[in-house]
Amino acid sequence: MTTPDVLFYVFAFLTLLCGFLVIANPFSSNPVTSAMFLVLAIASLAALFALLNAFFLAAIQVLVYAGAVMVLFLFVIMFLDLKAEERRKIRKFGVFGGLVSVGAIVFILLRSLLEFPPEAQSSPTLKGGTAELGALLFGQYLLPFEIVSVLLLVAMVGTVLLSKKELK
Amino acid sequence: MSVGLEHYLVVSALLFALGLLGVILRRNLLVIYMSLELMLNAGNLALVAFSRYTGNLDGQVLVFFVITVAAAEVSVGLALIVALYRKRQTAHVEDLTLMKL
Repeated sequence: MTTPDVLFYVFAFLTLLCGFLVIANPFSSNPVTSAMFLVLAIASLAALFALLNAFFLAAIQVLVYAGAVMVLFLFVIMFLDLKAEERRKIRKFGVFGGLVSVGAIVFILLRSLLEFPPEAQSSPTLKGGTAELGALLFGQYLLPFEIVSVLLLVAMVGTVLLSKKELK
Repeated sequence: MSVGLEHYLVVSALLFALGLLGVILRRNLLVIYMSLELMLNAGNLALVAFSRYTGNLDGQVLVFFVITVAAAEVSVGLALIVALYRKRQTAHVEDLTLMKL
């Protein structure tokens, strides 16, 4: 195995482990712990992006998700008083139903993956440089880019409106 | 066996399943929201892997847009949760069964 392969296994394991600890931490059901493990999961996903030669997306992932989004999450968690939530129990029937349905979905996904393996190039050739991505973004995808900026403005106005003391 | 497209797709499928399990099992609105982010990230990983192994950059552009829209979605969603908490003093889905505020 070459070094990138070893790195892939390390970061894939870290991503799945941290993802599991986000949803079902055996030691604590505090949302702050979940948020911290989500930061770790997102950081290892950024490492996987870098292994796939998507360096710009790895940087964006760390900046936007691990930076902005998670700060927002932590701020809201600490803003709300969630102490009473820790005592709640998860119901057995919910666990059983959830495991069965998710297991069925995983079975379908993995089986279709194994039965019809995707035809990939054996040696990937895509450079995936930031310059090429930028040229594509400001050339072919210019209109979606502008629309997304309007979407961000709408989201900002909506957030300010929703956060006011009295909803009218 | 060297790492190929299938390996990344398996990781993506498992991460998606973990997120879905979190949405189904957890009863805290904020943790459900974090699980949604996990599912979005699983989709992103599959897109980047496809983009790498088919030699086409369009997948990475789509991931860029997904990340942007997810950031907007998180800000509005968290504002909704805060507004809901102000009205009802809870962030627990079993206490939020009425459509009326």
